[in-house]
Formats: sequence, structure tokens, C-alpha cells
Amino acid sequence: MTFNFDAGYLPQLASGLVVTLEVTSCCIAIGIVLGILLALGRVYGGRFISVPCSIYIHFFRGTPLLVQLFIVYFGLPNWGIRLSAFESGILALGLNTAAYQAEYFRGAIQAVKAGQMVAARSLGLTRLQAIRHVIIPQALRLVIPPWSNELILMLKYSSIVFSIALYDLMGVGKRIASRHFNYFEVFIVLALMYLVLVLLITLGLRWVERRLRVPGLGTAGRGA
Amino acid sequence: MGRAMDPLLRVEDIHKRYGTEEVLRGVSFHLDRGQTKVVIGPSGTGKSTLLRCINRLTEPDRGQVWLEDVEVTAPRVKINEIRSQIGFVFQDFNLFTHLTALDNVRLGLVKVKRLGKKEATARAMEELTRVGLKDKANAYPAHLSGGQQQRVSIARALAMDPKLILFDEPTSALDPELIGEVLNVMAQLAEEGMTMIVVTHEMGFARSVADEIVFMEHGVIVEQGPPEKLFRSPEVARTGEFLRKISELYGAEG
Repeated sequence: MTFNFDAGYLPQLASGLVVTLEVTSCCIAIGIVLGILLALGRVYGGRFISVPCSIYIHFFRGTPLLVQLFIVYFGLPNWGIRLSAFESGILALGLNTAAYQAEYFRGAIQAVKAGQMVAARSLGLTRLQAIRHVIIPQALRLVIPPWSNELILMLKYSSIVFSIALYDLMGVGKRIASRHFNYFEVFIVLALMYLVLVLLITLGLRWVERRLRVPGLGTAGRGA
Repeated sequence: MGRAMDPLLRVEDIHKRYGTEEVLRGVSFHLDRGQTKVVIGPSGTGKSTLLRCINRLTEPDRGQVWLEDVEVTAPRVKINEIRSQIGFVFQDFNLFTHLTALDNVRLGLVKVKRLGKKEATARAMEELTRVGLKDKANAYPAHLSGGQQQRVSIARALAMDPKLILFDEPTSALDPELIGEVLNVMAQLAEEGMTMIVVTHEMGFARSVADEIVFMEHGVIVEQGPPEKLFRSPEVARTGEFLRKISELYGAEG
């Protein structure tokens, strides 16, 4: 039995890799910003802010990502909103991951001790200043371990953009495989590529976590 | 110049209720510049709530608080500006976990008082030196003892140049051998003329440092007066009873 894989595929796979990384980083960036805002809305917003935030989160967590992607890519044009495949991909994935990230951020914000906010306010900081300079810096440190799961998940789930004809790693792989009938070989290589990326991300985030670690902030029990 | 005779702080008829429980049932007192008042009383009688109502960390249901000629409880008052003039020292310190001692003291200076970094650093170091922790400026709270953390939190309050400082059981969370270092700093502040309200069970401190002791129970002030009077000849029997009991527990030598 031979392993039917040609080094000539590599340039194509490399371009697919770039698209995968672009989609992942864009949607993660959207997710961070929107996720933090949603989490803040849920924790600190009054009912008129926190309820819509909750509805958003429940909607995006309660429906399939693929459905959301198709609504954006195939559905929005009906309303006159025409987005490219790339734009649709990062929008749908970004909106989706925001909902999940919001829950991680919310947990982290609520894990910051209540006295921290009170102490900040007692100095005369406004609520926004206290959130920005006291709560968020602590919450972001606490959120890194659970949040890294979401980043890894999004890297892998970004592969669904192949279904809207975007040539990410998955899309390129499928194109090669269907042309040369070597599905096994191509997808094994693809799997390994994803695996290496996940390992690199894991290591990178561990490094970031160590760099930002502050004594006494919720990292007790995790490897020193 | 009649102002100098006015009290620095006036608390008028403060009420606070949590659900069906009336924690404060009409508390009034005055505090003069440079005075130290010690508030004592059984736990759960609203002492901490009273302190928090003064800078509205807790919103009183009724009553007024005046800091000099500004009504703190007025609806449209600039509460953050007022809070920056009232130091608050918490029972469990509440130092910002992610910041060093120096940054803990500097945060209010930079973000509230809008001092430049250099100026803020100098000011913060001054206060850390005052509480004897100059050499711990770069330590994180987790690496400081409870006594050191509380002294940093006092430095944090002092750095804002407050008109008065409120101490909410500042030594209750400390190991016995660390209480002294915090009380010493507080006694020194009183000596230097800082205006303070201290909720505490430390009767030795109350006796030697307080200008006046306020005895609270069930959300009202039962009796207030100079320490000697309250310890020797209280007007209300309950005051004497409480002081005897608490002095046995915490000691009030001298």
C-alpha cells in the first residue's frame, strides 16, 4: 500500500492554511470584543441591557453554527446585505464564538472578588474606571485557561467555511482529494496540520498565561 | 472664619433597611476636624453599614450626610469626587490583587486625581514610607502578610489626601501578632491630626486613641462620650455591660 501524497499539493495547502488562520483570528477578535461587551452587559447592565445580552447568547449557543453560517451567507442577500464568502465566514463564526466567549468572560468577571469593585469605588473611581482598571485585568487573567479551549475549538470549527466555497485548509484539501481520489492521505495530512496548530496555540497560550501570572490570582493548583 | 468651628462631618438620622431587617434606625452624630471616633457594639448592629452609608458605598434609605458644607446624600452630588476625599479601610484589606503595593497606592492618584506618573509615584512612595513599607513597594498583595496588606491599604487611603478616613474593623481579619503594627500606624495618624472613624473591638486602642466612643446596638446609638466617661461611669447600664464583656475578651489595659 502506498501513501498517495504529492509534495506538489503543499503550496495549495499553504494558501489554505493562511485562510484558516485569517478566518480564525478574525472571528476570535470579533468574539473577544463582542464577548466582553456581552459579559459586561450581563453582569453590570440593568435588565434592559442584560436580558437582550442573554437572549443573544442563548440564540447563538442554541442553534447550529452551520445554520447560522447559511443564514448569513445565503439568507442576508434577501435583505440586500451581500457579503463575500470570507466576510460571511468571519461574521457568522465571530457572532457565534462571541456568545461562548461571553460566558467564559462572565464567569471570570464574577470570579473577581466583590471587594475589589467596592475598594475601587471607595477611592472615587467611576464604575467604568473600576471595570477597566481593576475588574477586567483580573478577569482576563482568570479567563485564559477556559478561553483557550474556545480558541482551539474555533480553529477547528472554522473548517465549516469550506461549505460556502471558501478555500481554507479544509476547502483546499477537499479540492485536492476529489481531484486525485486520495481522500485518506490528504485528510490525514490535514488532520496532522490542525493538530500541530492546536499544539502551537496551546503552548503559546500557556506561555502568555505564565507571563501574565500574578501571585494570588486564581492560579492556585495549576502547574507552577 | 466661623467655618473652622463647624464639624467636618455631620450624619443626620440615617436609616437603612435590608428586607424586613432595619439595620440602621436613625443614627446621628457630628465629627470635628482632627477627631477620632471609635464605634463599638455587638456584631450585626449596623456599624459597618453606617460607615458605608457615609460615602454611599451603601445607599441610605433616609437621612443626610454632610461633609463640610456639601451634602453627600444629595441626589446630584459628584459622589466620586466626594469618595476621593473620604478614605476607606476595609476589614479584609481589598487590595487590588493584580497590582503591586506601589500600584495599589498609585491607582487612585493617577485615575482619580489625574496626577502624572512621576508625581504619583513620589506621592505613593511617601505614603508607603509613612506606614513603614517602602521596601515592599514592588510586592504583590499575595506576598505580603495581613498586617502589611492592611498598612498598604491605609497608605492607599492616605495618598488621596482624604479629609477623613473610615476604618471598618481594620484588625478583625488579622492574626493577633499582626494587629499591633496596624494599630500603631492608626494611632500615629490620630496623633498627627487625621480625622477618623474607627469601627473596632480593640478596647485598648479605643481607650488610648479615641476622643470619643460611640456605642451602638440594634441600629441606634445607645451612648456616646469620651472613653474615660464610658468606661468609668456610663449613663446607660447596657454600655457598661458591653464594655466589661468586650474588655474581658479583647483586653483594655491602661
